[in-house]
Amino acid sequence: MARWKKTKVIPGFGLSMGVVLLYLSLIVIIPLATVFVKSFDSGLSGFMKAAFSQRVVAGYKVSLLCSFIAASVNSIFGIIISWVLVRYDFPCKRIIDGFIDLPFALPTAVAGISLTTLFAKNGWIGQFLYSIGIQSIHSKFGISMALVFIGIPFVVRTIQPVLEDLDIQYEEAAIMLGADRIQIFFRVIVPEIFPALLTGFALAFARGLGEYGSVIFIAGNQPMKTEIAPLLIMSKLGEYDYSGATAIAIVMLFASFMILLLINILQALFSKFSK
Amino acid sequence: MNKKSHFVKCLLLFVSLAFVFVMLVLPLAVVLIKCLEEGWVTYRSTITDYYTQKALGLTLTATIIATVLNTIFGLFAAWAITKFNFRFKNALTTIIDLPFAISPIIAGLIFIMTFGRIGFLHPFLQAHHIKIVFATPGIVLATLFVTFPFVAREIIPLMNSQGNEEEEAAAMMGANGFTIFFKVTLPKIKWALIYGIILCAARAMGEFGAVSVVSGSIRGKTNTLPLHVEILYNEFKATEAFGVASILVIMAIVILILRNIIEYRSRRESE
Repeated sequence: MARWKKTKVIPGFGLSMGVVLLYLSLIVIIPLATVFVKSFDSGLSGFMKAAFSQRVVAGYKVSLLCSFIAASVNSIFGIIISWVLVRYDFPCKRIIDGFIDLPFALPTAVAGISLTTLFAKNGWIGQFLYSIGIQSIHSKFGISMALVFIGIPFVVRTIQPVLEDLDIQYEEAAIMLGADRIQIFFRVIVPEIFPALLTGFALAFARGLGEYGSVIFIAGNQPMKTEIAPLLIMSKLGEYDYSGATAIAIVMLFASFMILLLINILQALFSKFSK
Repeated sequence: MNKKSHFVKCLLLFVSLAFVFVMLVLPLAVVLIKCLEEGWVTYRSTITDYYTQKALGLTLTATIIATVLNTIFGLFAAWAITKFNFRFKNALTTIIDLPFAISPIIAGLIFIMTFGRIGFLHPFLQAHHIKIVFATPGIVLATLFVTFPFVAREIIPLMNSQGNEEEEAAAMMGANGFTIFFKVTLPKIKWALIYGIILCAARAMGEFGAVSVVSGSIRGKTNTLPLHVEILYNEFKATEAFGVASILVIMAIVILILRNIIEYRSRRESE
């Protein structure tokens, strides 16, 4: 305690730490710990049976596949959009820039019903997609579209600041040295924005795995085909199957922690490598 | 070369604008057009409907409580993390970020498991006639959980980068903690704080997954605006659903405009 006092001139450590720990315990740690404890209730075999039944595994696959597709699509468009926003001047730029944040501000249920209306067979976009043979709602395509909507700001908002800081001199030097457009992109720009892209991809992917509101309307929720993992938790709860719901939740929590961990490792490796 | 670069620029601009138009502008336009499909009279009656008003009230209540509590928490957390060194600092930061990585459905589930019929607190709550799950406190708790990182996350990086010299100087001269905070720190983090509060409020008013797990959707009682949208939509009352959704859209647009203004002002101030 004496050693602490010497290094800390600013008051308020005890109070602020106390408030933070109390609040975190009440809102996060105790409820989260309860779920982990409850998941042991049904024993290992019960847990495995609930967490890896055929229908549930199909749900994980749908969630993983669609989140992956959406995060990949968002990575491509995210690079293009942030490039355009940082490097080009055009009318209404600030409005376009503001629109990127719409998915953060628009409630997911609203996004869900409006995307479903848009992509339905008689919807503004759906009629074109259906005429070229794409079933755009009640399909994995529809789920991916909803997740593209949800994920785009994560990618753009992580790449944009890095591009803003990127010194244009490097590109000029590369041109002087005779590099062509593609070489500049892959040799100069991509290495600079890659860590940010990875973070953006991971955020969009993790968000997609857990997303519920915007997906359930467009998905159609057919078992084994377009039923996402969070919806399975919801329907288990509806059947008062608490241990089943908990088991799926534990698997999903584990998956999202693994994603975050993996991304952290990749980023650490990358920053070491580029040095 | 110049012609080619002009072509690339036009192509990239076209791709970006097309994406923004199809994926972001159209979904917003759909809500505003669909809600007026049956005319103003229907729209007005949807908005002024008893259950809509009740849902709006509950949404505002939950949003205000969550925003106020999370702002207070965010300030204390930022103070503890940026002004002092202690062990497990990284662990604490990670825990604060946790709700971003957790599905809203799971956020709802943890409160069902703690306070619900099978929760370990259930006997205690029942003995004291406290209702949390399927009642307003549950909705507030779920909203608190999903929104609590927003304020802390906006101000922690800023306070870290600003350093502690001014606060230390003030402390040396005998100022107490609250004086230091209000006179020295707060003016420096004003815009980031407002920014965080806006993000927190935006997420709180629109939260759907977590709230739908704990609410039970009892009309006029535990129904928030986003849940009301879902109910109407599932009853095939699309026009009414879009009518209620339009309230949320207007709130979202106001939030985006506020956000832009704040970003503009804080940028101007820092220049």
